[in-house]
Amino acid sequence: MVRLITHNLLACHAKGCTSNNFPLQFKDVQVELREAEFNPDFLRGFIPRLEWGALVDAARQLGDTSLPAEPPEMLDVEFLQKLHHVLLEVHVEEGAMICPNCNHVYPISNGIPNMLLAEHEIG
Amino acid sequence: MIPTPDLSHLTKKDYEHVYEPAEDTFILLDGLEEDAGKLRSAHPRICLEIGSGSGCVSSFVGSILGASTTLYLTTDINFHACRCTRQTGHQNKIPIDAVNASLAAPLMRRLRHAVDVLIFNPPYVPTYSDEADDAQLRADIPGAWAGGKDGMQITDVLLDQVEDLLSPVGRFYLVAVKQNDVPAIRRRMLDIYGLQSEVVLQRRAGGEHLYVIRFTR
Ligand SMILES: C[S@@+](CC[C@H](N)C(=O)[O-])C[C@H]1O[C@@H](n2cnc3c(N)ncnc32)[C@H](O)[C@@H]1O
Ligand SMILES: [Zn+2]
Repeated sequence: MVRLITHNLLACHAKGCTSNNFPLQFKDVQVELREAEFNPDFLRGFIPRLEWGALVDAARQLGDTSLPAEPPEMLDVEFLQKLHHVLLEVHVEEGAMICPNCNHVYPISNGIPNMLLAEHEIG
Repeated sequence: MIPTPDLSHLTKKDYEHVYEPAEDTFILLDGLEEDAGKLRSAHPRICLEIGSGSGCVSSFVGSILGASTTLYLTTDINFHACRCTRQTGHQNKIPIDAVNASLAAPLMRRLRHAVDVLIFNPPYVPTYSDEADDAQLRADIPGAWAGGKDGMQITDVLLDQVEDLLSPVGRFYLVAVKQNDVPAIRRRMLDIYGLQSEVVLQRRAGGEHLYVIRFTR
């Protein structure tokens, strides 16, 4: 599943592509929404591991503008529910992710991102 | 007792391309079960399994830790394995994010010192090096076992990335066989990376002497 939580952890790893290789840009995506169990402790614990700007930007690409530009000081339930939805309930099922630096295309099919590189592309 | 994950959705046809859980899988499940209490009390946020195959192991960890407490990430070079892993998660109500990739390649940048539970049941059978190279490229059943020289060709690459991946409380579970030279693996991880290790379980099964080793900081 390419949920935004996972998209936030994937970077281009093509040979020589070591800067500006994150976040990957979505292209021609098909999205499905699926409910997930809400766990505020998990979300609070995960926030420090997120690249916030990349998350907000990825959500916008998928048409979701519910997140603020910076994570708020007070992590109230209303905010955590929005974050929960964006991170864990939005599934990109088809489409592609493109490296902003080298333009390498990583296809997504059946919800699985193909991050494999051909032998000559491996760094 | 933690129940073995439900794999009833997987068919003979799936197992034509995806490794069917076997003794090596089961010793890993037993090792993880033995550590269940310690795993829970570390409150892991990120669990990464390399080479997830059927998805049996990550689903099992999910039933130890809970569906919503942890992000379950998996990689496999075999697309069919990624598909089965995802289905097995679904069947067992554990969301698993399966990524078609070699080792942790696309995750290295973002998961630096961030993985709380790292798991690898690798292709560990000694073969000719060409055979392992070919199996890696084809990414089908032989990729599940063909391990090259001393069965360590694939594992060796990951061992040099473990320290980079593990979080301060991180633990790494590795399946190995006798031919892999378990004492040498443990010594190397201690000498080069300062990682402690312990053999959680070992047993003889089906002509193999299997080990589960746990590495921590
Ligand atoms: C021994 S099987 C273990 C499968 C499953 N984890 C289990 O315990 O039943 C090894 C798995 O590793 C995968 N694999 C082999 N080389 C890999 C690599 N370089 N990166 C990721 N996965 C790999 C294989 O496709 C196979 O699914
Ligand atoms: Zn790139």
